[in-house]
Amino acid sequence: MGYFELIIACIFVNNILLAQFLGNCPFLGTSKKMETAIGMAMAVIFVLVLAGTITWIVHIFILVKYDLVYLRTIAFIVVIASLVQFVEMFLKKSIPALYAGLGIFLPLITTNCAVLGVCVLNIDKEFTFMQSLVASFAYAAGFGLALILFAGVREKILLARVPKPLQDTSIGLVTAGMIALAFYAFKGMV
Amino acid sequence: MAKSIVQEFTKGLWQEIPPFRLVLGLCPTLGVTTSVENGLGMGLATTFVLAGSNILISLLRNIIPAKVRIACFIIIIATFVIIVEHLMQAYTYQLFQTLGVFIPLIVVNCIVLGRAEAFASKNGILPSTADGLGIGVGYTLSLGALGAVREILGNGTLTIWGDLGFNLASVFPSFQPFTFMVQAPGAFIGLGLMLCAINAIGD
Repeated sequence: MGYFELIIACIFVNNILLAQFLGNCPFLGTSKKMETAIGMAMAVIFVLVLAGTITWIVHIFILVKYDLVYLRTIAFIVVIASLVQFVEMFLKKSIPALYAGLGIFLPLITTNCAVLGVCVLNIDKEFTFMQSLVASFAYAAGFGLALILFAGVREKILLARVPKPLQDTSIGLVTAGMIALAFYAFKGMV
Repeated sequence: MAKSIVQEFTKGLWQEIPPFRLVLGLCPTLGVTTSVENGLGMGLATTFVLAGSNILISLLRNIIPAKVRIACFIIIIATFVIIVEHLMQAYTYQLFQTLGVFIPLIVVNCIVLGRAEAFASKNGILPSTADGLGIGVGYTLSLGALGAVREILGNGTLTIWGDLGFNLASVFPSFQPFTFMVQAPGAFIGLGLMLCAINAIGD
């Protein structure tokens, strides 16, 4: 599979939020306002590209080499948690503007299952290093795209009169279903 | 004391039933509930991790330093996830294959970390066990119910442990399955409508 097909597949066909169901807690939690949605999308792209490549290196050069593959889950989560912490400290020191922009979303990413999910998927699909890098970026971009689209729709819903039991998360999920239906049309493209 | 332990258990079944009352752990809820069987399997795996990590964390709660508690919790949870991963690979390989990436992802299921932080790190071993089991059983029931709704509407069948328990086509011969219910969009819409129903009953 060429890189172009890989990118299209990861952004649209296998969209991480709407087709693979990973990272749905921040999807519903941070999509009430456009600003927070953009902040979360940026933070995910940043961390996911780093995490995807670093966990690939850890997997090939440490876990496989020393026959420790059964520790994959624990190794990856530790890598991601420390990476997030490190990125946070690094940004605070060197790029304060970006740090202020990402704000609270950085620490939240540790428990975003999209990050761990993509790292595990990269390994399960036996991607090469470059493929992992490209796929991580494309998955993150797909996450951002779906999140920002959804936030746009959700801002409009605030103006609508929704029956009481349907309010908030419930109508949010139904809306997400509609967007997923739109993305479903990409199925079978690549 | 005995009464309060029962209460800790039963609150997970309705008052704080995840993912409806506690809106946490949505990814597996949406991802694996294409059938009752997958939903129940995922729920039981999560229950095991929840109960195990709650017990261990409540035992260690006075030893773990407060500053690094989240990291410690995650490592304890990850240990139980690896155990359940290997058990399922050995005994229920078919289910393990179907659930795929969602098994390692129990580590980042917010319910597990949420209970560790909100309950097990502050309470003794008995209430923590009851809490973990209660929330786990509630989660299993929710996943099973959502799986049942999706499977009946989307496929017209209800399969439990490999046996065809029920076939809608035998009752209503003209029934056409809504295939979209077992696909991605049906997950969101199904869960949204179930949440709506639970809200309506609760009020």
